[in-house]
Amino acid sequence: MFMQFMLLFSRQGKLRLQKWYVPLSDKERKKISRDLVQTILARKPKMCSFLEWRDLKIVYKRYASLYFCCAVEDQDNELITLEIIHRYVELLDKYFGSVCELDIIFNFEKAYFILDEFLLGGEAQETSKKNVLKAIEQADLLSMELYLVF
Amino acid sequence: MPAVSKGDGMRGLAVFISDIRNCKSKEAEVKRINKELANIRSKFKGDKALDGYSKKKYVCKLLFIFLLGHDIDFGHMEAVNLLSSNKYTEKQIGYLFISVLVNSNSDLIRLINNAIKNDLASRNPAFMNLALHCIANVGSREMAEAFAAEVPRILVAGDSMDGVKQSAALCLLRLNRTSPDLVPMGEWTARVVHLLNDQHLGVVTAATSLIITLAQKSPDDFKTSASLAVTRLSRIVTSASIDLQDYTYYFVAAPWLSVKLLRLLQCYPPPEDTALRSRLTECLETILNKAQEPPKSKKVQHSNARNAVLLEAIALIIHHDSEPTLLVRACNQLGQFLQHRETNLRYLALESMCSLASSEFSHEAVKTHMETVIGALKTERDVSVRQRAVDLLYAMCDRSNARQIVAEMLGYLETADYSIREEIVLKVAILAEKYAVDYSWYVDTILNLIRIAGDYVSEEVWYRVIQIVINRDDVQGYAAKTVFEALQAPACHESLVKVGGYILGEFGNLIAGDPRSSPLVQFNLLHSKFHLCSVPTRALLLSAYIKFINLFPEVKATIQDVLRSDSQLRNADVELQQRAVEYLRLSCIASADILATVLEEMPPFPERESSILAKLKKKKGSGKLPENVNGSAELHAEEPAAANKASPPPPTEVLALNPTPPAAAHSLLVDVFSDLSAPTAVAEDHLSRFICKNNGVLYESQLLQVGLKSEFRQNLGRIYVFYGNKTASSFLSFSSWVSSSDVLKTQLNVHAKAVEPVIEGGAQVQQVLNIECVTDFSDVPVLNVQFRPQQEVQKIFKAQHPMETDAAKAKLLGFGVALLEGVDPNPANFVGAGIIHSKSAQVGCLLRLEPNTHAQMYRLTLRTSRDSVSQRLCQLLSEQF
Repeated sequence: MFMQFMLLFSRQGKLRLQKWYVPLSDKERKKISRDLVQTILARKPKMCSFLEWRDLKIVYKRYASLYFCCAVEDQDNELITLEIIHRYVELLDKYFGSVCELDIIFNFEKAYFILDEFLLGGEAQETSKKNVLKAIEQADLLSMELYLVF
Repeated sequence: MPAVSKGDGMRGLAVFISDIRNCKSKEAEVKRINKELANIRSKFKGDKALDGYSKKKYVCKLLFIFLLGHDIDFGHMEAVNLLSSNKYTEKQIGYLFISVLVNSNSDLIRLINNAIKNDLASRNPAFMNLALHCIANVGSREMAEAFAAEVPRILVAGDSMDGVKQSAALCLLRLNRTSPDLVPMGEWTARVVHLLNDQHLGVVTAATSLIITLAQKSPDDFKTSASLAVTRLSRIVTSASIDLQDYTYYFVAAPWLSVKLLRLLQCYPPPEDTALRSRLTECLETILNKAQEPPKSKKVQHSNARNAVLLEAIALIIHHDSEPTLLVRACNQLGQFLQHRETNLRYLALESMCSLASSEFSHEAVKTHMETVIGALKTERDVSVRQRAVDLLYAMCDRSNARQIVAEMLGYLETADYSIREEIVLKVAILAEKYAVDYSWYVDTILNLIRIAGDYVSEEVWYRVIQIVINRDDVQGYAAKTVFEALQAPACHESLVKVGGYILGEFGNLIAGDPRSSPLVQFNLLHSKFHLCSVPTRALLLSAYIKFINLFPEVKATIQDVLRSDSQLRNADVELQQRAVEYLRLSCIASADILATVLEEMPPFPERESSILAKLKKKKGSGKLPENVNGSAELHAEEPAAANKASPPPPTEVLALNPTPPAAAHSLLVDVFSDLSAPTAVAEDHLSRFICKNNGVLYESQLLQVGLKSEFRQNLGRIYVFYGNKTASSFLSFSSWVSSSDVLKTQLNVHAKAVEPVIEGGAQVQQVLNIECVTDFSDVPVLNVQFRPQQEVQKIFKAQHPMETDAAKAKLLGFGVALLEGVDPNPANFVGAGIIHSKSAQVGCLLRLEPNTHAQMYRLTLRTSRDSVSQRLCQLLSEQF
């Protein structure tokens, strides 16, 4: 399992979150995002969630107005990647309480923090929902206490 | 909790984001952003020191602006300052900014690394995690240099918290991927392997990822991980799903970890230890069994997680390729998925079956699903699924089903998505060639390809059909007839005109007897297409016309008229004009004999890897190609691959001759010649001649003739073998002997008398074979012949000039030979080839110059087709270095 990057984008093609696990220049990142957003938005709803793209496999799924899209290596397991996406959605959902696109727009930094607790270096770090949320809650508590003092 | 946590009261940020969202146009957005950037810049530059909260807020705004796709050229320093804050959220935002907007500003990197170092040493797990996440996210060389020693220490330290260990494992993984040279193995490696036994499944999951990457690079160092992985896997597979608590995902026990463990096992061959092996087999069987149980949940997550593990288990089964039962079970399971209602599963089943098709144990089982796969090709609505079906059909194709599969693919091509047409064309062309039993089918298939998808038929494909037609005389007449008929169509693809022009130019005579395809009709047909074609095709047609002049003197005048017309002789295109002028002139001045020599039928092409196959490999990337197209992995080939039919049959099947000169060191020089004297298919024909005849020529090449004279009395026989040296120079180290298979040895005694090791140029020697037939036999003995033609000259000499590669190269090039890079296994050696032209003959020259800088000596070897030339060239060159 080696995820190369993860992109979240809206039905209008607006990038909402991008996480890159391989070193790429800003220009390459922009090109890749543009190409992929276009490719995926052009696909019909009942089509399969996997596609070959350059020498990578793209695994994507749409949740409400957001597309979640991951690029993994050729030999990687597509279904488990699909469930990585789902677990991330569950984490966001649990944290924000029925997550919607706006939550991710206004709290983008939180979306990144949750992702970092779940995936690191393109690999699953902690797959237990409870443990990831515990880590995030603790961090939130830390900040709350400090701001109460402040 | 969530109500508070959302945004920690960064109201300014929320307002800014709202403003951006309310912008009606791109311009308005840019304006708002520029206003904000100016504001932030002034705050950062202002005299008043900013408090941590404001700094955090502004850094966060900058990050937001960057993620919108705008450039950010300041704020890095403020972000770095946040790293040393004592407040968790400020630190967190600082790290996030650094992770997203890394730049290799060396001053900053030093400061960042310093902050990371402090956090790693803080013993505060939350801070340590932030620091480790940052290293893993950035993963730069500078960070690898700074922390490659520290991270493994944290990973294996007894007092590290589980969460920290998890971060450290993946952090190390990232550093190992980006700068493996900076992360040396050490005493920590053994302890990392033992993390597979850790109680905390999160730690095991993270560690397994790390171990997979390390084991792929140095499998030996991590050998013990395989047995630990089997044990762990077995515990997961047999556990009741609730045992693993939160690591159970929709009733599937630790699916991520299971997939990883199965993946780790794919770094190794099947375990040698029988107990371990049977434990693993049990695991795999259990996984396969579970797939048959009714689902525990209707949720797609349940079936996805379960099937993710199943498919990874199948990947391992295929990787081991050693358990026929498991392979067949896997195939049956995938067969069920082929008809599943989930598109995803159908896609994956098609993909996974491709690998199963190349295993000899499951190839037949895969073939049983052919009709379903063909159905998928016709009914799937998603082009990526249809593409997988094409791949699978290609992988399962063999001699038994080639005709049907090729026909289906051709049918599909008519409606196929444009994006995959070229690939399908290549695949059809390869299959048609590889499994052609009669070549008329091959020719038909390729012409169909051109008809259906001419625009996607690359040059390689039509080159190849011509190579094959030229190399196989049994199909030439058919090919001429077929292209002639295909050209009748009012609109035909230009590729067809090319093939038609070439084939009729070479073999039009084979159908010229029929008045319906008389020479003039053929010519008029070709010429009717001429004006619609591009320049390269027209050039090819002009060559076909001059070939016609040679084949059919009766159309000479007509063609000359065409060549003479202004549109040819004064064509604006230089190539066309030159051809027209030269061909016209040639047809006027050359006698019939000279014409016949110049325009002789093309000699057979050397057999080599199909250029189409090379193209497909290039297209797909080396990793993607189903293996069985390589011929070597072809499973049920009862005969050598069709493409090789024109080349010599394996020596064990016929009385074969293998002139393989002994000097292994000179393999290159020799190869070229062994090619010349290699047995041709003729040897086989000649062999059958001796069924009804006792004397005659057994074998003949440009170098050597072998004749036979035999006499038999009752069960005894004597065969005189004559070896004739057809060249002007001697054969050295000549030897010939007879070998028989073990079975044949008991049936037939063959005793060969030794022959002289030298055969003078033009001379003949005789070898006597005494034969006793012990019992009836059906095998044939093999006659091996080995010799070294004396056209090779070698000289070893002291270097007279400094031994510099470039200088030597320049001299050799200046001498007029072409240098062949990558031919000699020793890159220091020079290998060159060239031709010396003389009026009477052309002399091919091969040379090798081997420098020995240590001894300051050179060894120069020359081999040419003429002894005197070898001598002279060697003499000339040896004085130059």
